[in-house]
Amino acid sequence: MLRIGQALVDAVTAHARRDHPDEACGVIAGPAGSDRPERFIPMLNAARSPTFYEFESGDLLELYRELDDLDEQVIVNYHSHTATEPYPSRTDISYASGPLADPATHYVLVSTRENGNDEGPVELRSYRILDGQVTEEPVEITTD
Amino acid sequence: MAIEVRIPTILRTHTGGDKTVQGSGDTLSTLIDDLDSRHSGIKGRLISDDGSLHRFVNVYVNDEDVRFTGALETPLKDGDSVTVLPAVAGGSAAGKR
Repeated sequence: MLRIGQALVDAVTAHARRDHPDEACGVIAGPAGSDRPERFIPMLNAARSPTFYEFESGDLLELYRELDDLDEQVIVNYHSHTATEPYPSRTDISYASGPLADPATHYVLVSTRENGNDEGPVELRSYRILDGQVTEEPVEITTD
Repeated sequence: MAIEVRIPTILRTHTGGDKTVQGSGDTLSTLIDDLDSRHSGIKGRLISDDGSLHRFVNVYVNDEDVRFTGALETPLKDGDSVTVLPAVAGGSAAGKR
């Protein structure tokens, strides 16, 4: 299960709306060894594409250096699909099953296919991905 | 020749939990062999079956992505710092379920 604060959910959906029709991506960090998403870190989609996202290699290095310095880790990896349902694609699954991927990461997908840049509901789901197997998990949104 | 290597979380099971380890080698390839001789299993996580650096692995020498500096043949020297990270990408391109 993913427990996540309402403000973080709002931040993810706002980022997805803003970048629509391109895919938006980023992470939510939390204390190392915990399962608590706390710090919203939007990333630039270096691919600037409606069907692909990628952290630029220098941005990735900078991100991990910062997390290391603050004794944090990636708790949530999020991105948007802009024309399809929020379900991991084959590309998503291969990266999430890569040799250095952390199986504890929550993969949050949102879809802006209904409302695009406009206000309105954004579908949000969370998954665990391990060795190519995708398991959807419940999302509990907290108000604090 | 001492080279400092920053190890990603998921590989720390191979280094007894250490975030950084020391290694030696005059190229990235020989450094990885050296690391694997003391931290068995690391090489298998970084190198794919065809012998090249795994597609989903990013390696930096002094902040420079080795994809632009010769990949596994990137030269190393004493005092260099090497960082290994999981690449992050994805998207709907390959189709939905």
